[in-house]
Amino acid sequence: MKPTDISDPDYFHKVVDCQWACPAHTPVPEYIRLIAGKRYTDAYMINWESNVFPGILGRTCDRPCEPACRRGRVEEQPVAICRLKRVAADYKSDIKDRLPGVPKRKNGRHIALVGAGPASLTVARDLLPLGYEITVFDRDAAAGGAMRTQIPRFRLPVEVLEEELNYVLHMGVDRRFGTEITSMKELLAEGFDAVFVGTGAPLGKTLDLPGFAEAKPNIHTGIEWLANVAFEHIDSIGETVIVLGGGNTAMDCCRSSKRLGGEDVKVVVRSGFDEMKASPWEIEDAMNEDIPILNFCVPKRYLLKDGKLCGMEFEKVRREYDGNGRRLLIPTGEEPLVLPCDDVLCAIGQDNAFPWIERDLGIEFDRWELPVLDKTTFQSTHEKVFFGGDAALGPDNIITAVAHGHAAALSIHLLCEGRDVKDRPADLTTLASQKMGIHQWSYDNDISNDVRYIVPHAAKEKTLNDINIEVELGFDEDLGYAETQRCLNCDVQTVFTTRSCIECDACVDICPTDCITFTANGEEGELRQRLLAPAENEEQDIYVSDTLGTGRIMAKNEDLCLHCGLCAERCPTAAWDMQKYLFNTAKAVNA
Amino acid sequence: MSYIVKPKFHHPQLQKNDLGYTRRDYEGTLTTLCGGCGHDSISAAIIHAVHEMSLAPHQLAKVSGIGCSSKIPSYFLERSHGFNSVHGRMPSIATGANLANRELYYLGISGDGDTASIGLGQFCHIVRRRINMLYIVANNGTYGLTKGQLSATADLGSKTKSGEESRYDNIDLVSLAIDLGASFVARSFSGDKEQLVPLIQAGLSHRGFALIDVISPCVTFNNTPLSAHGYKNTWENNVVLSEIDFVPMRKEITARYSAGKDKEITLHDGSVIHLHKTGSGHDPGNRENALLHVNEHKKQGKIATGLLYINQDQSDFHELADTVNKPFNRLNEHDLCPGGEVLADINETFM
Repeated sequence: MKPTDISDPDYFHKVVDCQWACPAHTPVPEYIRLIAGKRYTDAYMINWESNVFPGILGRTCDRPCEPACRRGRVEEQPVAICRLKRVAADYKSDIKDRLPGVPKRKNGRHIALVGAGPASLTVARDLLPLGYEITVFDRDAAAGGAMRTQIPRFRLPVEVLEEELNYVLHMGVDRRFGTEITSMKELLAEGFDAVFVGTGAPLGKTLDLPGFAEAKPNIHTGIEWLANVAFEHIDSIGETVIVLGGGNTAMDCCRSSKRLGGEDVKVVVRSGFDEMKASPWEIEDAMNEDIPILNFCVPKRYLLKDGKLCGMEFEKVRREYDGNGRRLLIPTGEEPLVLPCDDVLCAIGQDNAFPWIERDLGIEFDRWELPVLDKTTFQSTHEKVFFGGDAALGPDNIITAVAHGHAAALSIHLLCEGRDVKDRPADLTTLASQKMGIHQWSYDNDISNDVRYIVPHAAKEKTLNDINIEVELGFDEDLGYAETQRCLNCDVQTVFTTRSCIECDACVDICPTDCITFTANGEEGELRQRLLAPAENEEQDIYVSDTLGTGRIMAKNEDLCLHCGLCAERCPTAAWDMQKYLFNTAKAVNA
Repeated sequence: MSYIVKPKFHHPQLQKNDLGYTRRDYEGTLTTLCGGCGHDSISAAIIHAVHEMSLAPHQLAKVSGIGCSSKIPSYFLERSHGFNSVHGRMPSIATGANLANRELYYLGISGDGDTASIGLGQFCHIVRRRINMLYIVANNGTYGLTKGQLSATADLGSKTKSGEESRYDNIDLVSLAIDLGASFVARSFSGDKEQLVPLIQAGLSHRGFALIDVISPCVTFNNTPLSAHGYKNTWENNVVLSEIDFVPMRKEITARYSAGKDKEITLHDGSVIHLHKTGSGHDPGNRENALLHVNEHKKQGKIATGLLYINQDQSDFHELADTVNKPFNRLNEHDLCPGGEVLADINETFM
């Protein structure tokens, strides 16, 4: 193998698994250390710069960081990153004086944002401090998009939502809420310097089965129903409810139903329980509220009584795989399952829809009716039109929408400056030694052996009776601190200097997870097999040094490194050093 | 010295031995030696060796004297028996313990000061008495604990960090042990675990007195380019006289070994040493030759390592002294007070 090029900004970034997995690349270990030091406001601001909605995301994020967390590879459970983010939001002090200033004198550029969801508001946040004028359009009367309409209040209190929306809106956004844009052509004709489309994926699906026409009044589209609940247009549901679908929307639908009068609420999924798309913790929360989830049941018909929905019939199936490894659902031949119900909520997916964008404007769409985009710049085939969030690449999550927003804001800024949108500034990185004394580091390398702490919940009797009562209480300061101590500080990198090494084996002997081997060089596949402990996780790199005095190389398996710094503490020549790698994505302000 | 406790987390695929223990289960407390000390590598090699042999911790007793070397039993096998004795007096303790319980594995840990200076007399006698143990000398050619004076094993002309040159020829423990009748004598290097681990396993399994002289550099006081016991000099001048693999008893012998190229030595407990030919022409079965080879290499400034001499058939102390074959703690009243008839028989012999 060639010596590892640690000057490649991706190399150490990849080692910080959580940050690498986060679409917005939030510097997670950095803010976790600040929480441990009770510097909640500082921790919050690191988040705010990176993901704009820390309090919202600390409750609702899809947490791509957690499955990636290294802690999950050395013990059972990852660090509760998401809920620590909430700790920062819950215990911070007033941040208003830390928000970026917005110049009174504008730069003469005017940008239209369609949709007031996370993607658009991120664009606004990034561009307002640079002097842009921003007009935000939304068909709803209030900002927030899916964060307001799709996430029930018992998961995200309205005060938290509005606080974080207002940080952006109060920066001086021109709001045009409550009016739907019906023509892109007209919008472009208004002379905006750029238009950003962040309209989400607003099209819910229903299931057209026999009996649909008659049963229709009691069949609801999950996302529309949730939006109506959020705006308090709906405040009740039948006693017996069937929720179709296994995603997070289904979980929100069933739990909301339970709070609006649903006594007997069931979730029914076509495939296996283990194939459900919902986040494991959402499923767990639903089951904790005594909502059964029935799997391998394919909906067949709506059952009617007196011309009104009274139940549903399901075919029971089992799972098999064909020769190509494709999953098949084969009817078992058992009696069909009949479930009575007063209402059905269909949470079986959602689609993008752009009926308001005329197809002769130079904005191309692909065969799935998604806009043709550059995946880095989020520019469409029309120079001035950008897309982000669910509207860009199909339904995903809030944090992805935020990441799109940052990228699009940067593109818009480059465009307005007359620069090439593809010539983007480099991301911001620093790498600095954390050595304080002979065996002292600026970070706490004595990590805790504790297993993941559970976030306390409010009493079920209380929460099930009021849809506005938040279920999760969040960590208190003590629990939050204890959880921070599980973080392995993966951003504090083990940096190796070949010429200083005397090959004494001290690092090899001390390493708790057998990461380091001194051996003859070889091809990666073969080298992985003959390290001190096998390095089978190929997603994780092997850090290889230059040739050493004895002709061998140092090979370190990044996979299981605890970043405990013992290699550097035992190293007599400081050939190993612990250096903090701080990575921030380049945003509009850096261009 | 490090202040944190070594994290308990380990590689998820860390191998378990026949007893279900991982290597980490054979560790001790975190070392307090200087970073880079060769002695820590010896600790690590012992942990590897004992884990691989699937020895239960209670089957082994660690004995040591005084010195940086003699601290290291704290850093491995924390659940084994142990005795940290007076300076240079480890052999007396080891002898006594061995007399009392012949069934344990005895691992003596000593240094060049503890063995070649203050304890030289004791060392000579334990070799001569053929006590069944493995005696490891962590040999760095310097008194590290008293800040780096030359020790009795420092080579002629070797210089310490302060520039002091050794004016006397060194005591070569390997030659001395062979001369005094040790039946297993090896030399190794703390930086080369591939060599050291099987030697430790073979030494523990060997019946009789086994010595491994381990060059174990002192990074703080004796690791300059002019130190004979430094990492650089040892890497550069290490001449491997014999390479061995060790197969513990009960383990199946894999087909890797070809009868023509390798020599098999079966130890008293049924384990097997595979001796690979290295081209050195060295035969560890020949005592005179072993002495000759060691001295020849020394003259050229080379360090002869590997298994230098072995006589797996030599009788040990218990055989020579015709001791009782049970550990003392298992002798019962009947064994100890066999009764009037036996007494009468004994008295009869004086008539």
